[in-house]
Amino acid sequence: MQTAHPPIWPDVLGRFAWHDLPFVRAWQNPTINELIGAGAGALVIVGAVVTIALLTRYRLWGRLWSDWLTSLDHKKIGIMYVVIALVMLSRAVVEAVLMRMQQATAVGDPGFLSSDHFAQLFSTHGSIMVFFMAMPFLTGVINYVVPLQIGARDMAFPWANAIALSLTGGGAALMMTSLVVGQFSTGGWSGYPPYTGLAFSPDVGPDYWIWAVTMGSIGSTLGGINIACTIFKLRAPGMTYMRMPMFCWTSLCTSILMIFAMPPLTVATALLALDRYLGFHFFTNDLGGNMMNYANLFWLFGHPEVYILILPAFGIYSEVVSTFSSKELYGYASLVWATMAIAVLSFTVWVHHFFTMGQSANINAVFGIATMTIGVPTGVKIYDWIWTMFRGEVRFSVPMLYALAFMVTFVIGGFTGIILAIPPLDYVFHNTLFLVAHFHNMLIPGLLYGLLAGYTYWFPKAFGFRLNERWGRIAFTCWVAGFYLAFMPLYVLGASGMARRTNEIFEPDFRPWLYVACVGALVVLGALVSLIVQLVVSIRERDETRVFAGDPWDGRSLEWSTASPPPEYNFAVIPRIDARDAFYDGKRDDGYYRRDARYDDISVPKNSVTAIAIGAAATAASFGLVWHMWWLAVAAGLGIVAVIILRSFVRGAHRVIPSAEVTRIEHRWHDALAAATPIPRHCELTASNQGLAEIPA
Amino acid sequence: MAPLAARARTLAAIVALSLLGGCAALDHGILNAQGPVAAHERHFFIIVCGILLFVWVPIVVLAPVIAWHYRLSNTHHAYRPKWAFSWPLEGFIWIPPIGIVVLLAFLLWPATQKDDPYTRQAGRGTPVRVQAIALDWKWVFIYPDEGVATVNQLAVPAGRPVHLSLTSGTVMQSLLLPQLAGQVYAMAGMRTRMNFAADRPGTYHGENTQFSGKDFARQQFPVVSMTPAAYAGWLARAHLAYRPLDQAAWAALSRLGTSAPQTYSTVPPRLFDRIVAATGGAAHPHDHSVTRKAP
Repeated sequence: MQTAHPPIWPDVLGRFAWHDLPFVRAWQNPTINELIGAGAGALVIVGAVVTIALLTRYRLWGRLWSDWLTSLDHKKIGIMYVVIALVMLSRAVVEAVLMRMQQATAVGDPGFLSSDHFAQLFSTHGSIMVFFMAMPFLTGVINYVVPLQIGARDMAFPWANAIALSLTGGGAALMMTSLVVGQFSTGGWSGYPPYTGLAFSPDVGPDYWIWAVTMGSIGSTLGGINIACTIFKLRAPGMTYMRMPMFCWTSLCTSILMIFAMPPLTVATALLALDRYLGFHFFTNDLGGNMMNYANLFWLFGHPEVYILILPAFGIYSEVVSTFSSKELYGYASLVWATMAIAVLSFTVWVHHFFTMGQSANINAVFGIATMTIGVPTGVKIYDWIWTMFRGEVRFSVPMLYALAFMVTFVIGGFTGIILAIPPLDYVFHNTLFLVAHFHNMLIPGLLYGLLAGYTYWFPKAFGFRLNERWGRIAFTCWVAGFYLAFMPLYVLGASGMARRTNEIFEPDFRPWLYVACVGALVVLGALVSLIVQLVVSIRERDETRVFAGDPWDGRSLEWSTASPPPEYNFAVIPRIDARDAFYDGKRDDGYYRRDARYDDISVPKNSVTAIAIGAAATAASFGLVWHMWWLAVAAGLGIVAVIILRSFVRGAHRVIPSAEVTRIEHRWHDALAAATPIPRHCELTASNQGLAEIPA
Repeated sequence: MAPLAARARTLAAIVALSLLGGCAALDHGILNAQGPVAAHERHFFIIVCGILLFVWVPIVVLAPVIAWHYRLSNTHHAYRPKWAFSWPLEGFIWIPPIGIVVLLAFLLWPATQKDDPYTRQAGRGTPVRVQAIALDWKWVFIYPDEGVATVNQLAVPAGRPVHLSLTSGTVMQSLLLPQLAGQVYAMAGMRTRMNFAADRPGTYHGENTQFSGKDFARQQFPVVSMTPAAYAGWLARAHLAYRPLDQAAWAALSRLGTSAPQTYSTVPPRLFDRIVAATGGAAHPHDHSVTRKAP
């Protein structure tokens, strides 16, 4: 694309040409296709301008800077991760709807999107959903919840935590920038060379993909190290490994997977960058390059990644099912073993992503059997949740509804997963919509429902008021109905031989299924809108749903033993643990809550501008690399080094919260606890729920 | 009531028709297998689905039933908040899934051996050798034993084995024959293989399933299966039409773009090997740089 349009100022702006602006393209060639591109670019700009205007109008810059952007508090960082995830989720869902509309209108017709635009949509949709929706969402929830669940005051490395966030945020910003300047990759979320190599994609698209994903993967590696160290080192006294809440176990396994699985991705994108920038030949067609090495590296990351995504959700389901059944988690040891088994086995199955690459039947059969083996611990987990409900008292509130929809729907994905694990059947279904339906069938009920359940479950903990139940149920209904309508037809189309990533369809018999899938995508869009409405409604009626006392669901683990929202230091006194459900049992034995006359000083990490400075510099360096603005890449790269050196000279990275303030905060909460009316479980969705659970006699 | 019943009948008819219309889609896929390889794959598919019902049904039944029975408002059930482990139940949740996976593994191993795309036996008689080259956005098929070539159409004699070798003159692609054989990747500098056969004369669908750029969706071609006599006639006609696949023709094919089905009367010797070598692979098919040695 660049050759036809000369760069306007190569020394400073690199290869940027006016034609790289979607507005210029739409002006020159006002088709619906270009107008959609320009509209998306305009939306990003308008969104940024409105945000800046509102922040200025309400004088929120100072608070945003000191309370959020420079904060090292794990709770704030966790919330910011989730905000990034929800913003990116909105974009990627809209992209999904556009793709399904294109396919529904493109039977024997070119449809309204150009082939190139369609390819950018499936590439950004996949990249965003994996790297900038799922990863920040689960990292955010882990960040928020794990320190509270293990009785810690922060993560092991608060500063690294903020850097990981700023790198992830920077990657997401780069994805958004690609809407306004230039174009994104058309090579899909997996970016297979040689297609994404210089010979076949000389434009900026694959470079946007490479640097956005690289920032995300480095952020996730840092995040993984941090979570693992936190769980290894900062558990409250008495909390042995086998007394940790199940969510901590799944977070631990996920973090270990992150540490081992993200580096192969960073290496793969780095080697591809060497190919594209410095004329290396790792993955090119000629001079000894071998694209199969990329496939191996990518899926050596890619398959464990699937379990990085799914395990935290399994942890959330464990917490939710146990809490909303008022019952101990069935088969805790079984679940721990199953989680560890999944984590280990996840590294032994990557070849099933390319059974069709020509390796011998023995290799395919071994990897096929290894893949099916993962089905065993996964199946065990689902039974553990079923037997947790058995002889319990199940409340069908929104998180529990997600858990039930997950169990029933996920098993369909498991069914088709086993089919794809069998090489002779994979030869038929690989690269078709059957595969697309399968992995959405794992990730939507597995990951997304799980995270939405966690969002609904822990929202009152983070913000001190409950989410609106009615809109939550509407959103839930739309997510589930939309999922079935959108993806069951894709199984049929895939079994009929329709390839994935197809922008034009020549078989009229596919039409009815494409219509149904399109309706499903619109219902999913309705689900997204319902989530937004739910948030707005909940904020408006927050005074009726406050749960300051901190325990709205009769919770089991330590995070519910604090105020909602918890104080900056989490626990005024680090609790001592003597059982798995320490808080739940403690409430029943001796009331648990203890008020001291005065509390000690508490030291917490001081705010730091350095983390966000590193993220901003990394984003600028990536942008410079994408556009060949070498001065920017070098300057920003040096900036990162300078910031790290400067930070090492900072003394006193901690701030002390004086005893008097801690005492004041704690006494205010204990006063609220004393004033609150304990409520029985069937009243937990009413305004009478102030966050204190009634203990049945 | 009558108009309502009539309307219901119309609605039922529409639903039934659209379902029938939907089922028509499946006729283009593996469930309507048209060759021995695909028939084996379909047979195995149905067996696996049957076994997997034992995974699916218990969970789909148990999860909602138990959740509903043990709901908070139902006071007629036992509540045992501390009950969280039972050895017999552990056996029930671990042993059957392990048994199912072991059973599937025993089925998978021989099926994968039998259905190895490189070695599987399909059809009777002398194999027809065809070399497929993936280009942007078209397929070239060379018949090295006959000295003819086609673009975007694969003519095969019904019943005889077809031994397909694949490479790519461009990015990675994947050749899928949904009703005949499944798929195998085509990669530059490498050769992969896929054996298959068609049972009867007919026209089937072939396509690239690995995204390869702008006109990827149009990279489809008919597989025309013919009676032996018709195939012989087709070959004779192909030879007669003077249309060599010379350098000019190859240069035209190598340019980005789609192509209507075409036939070429002569092909330069070892063209396929030269394409493999030109994109980095070894010229000799038994060299180590093939993805895997021929047995």
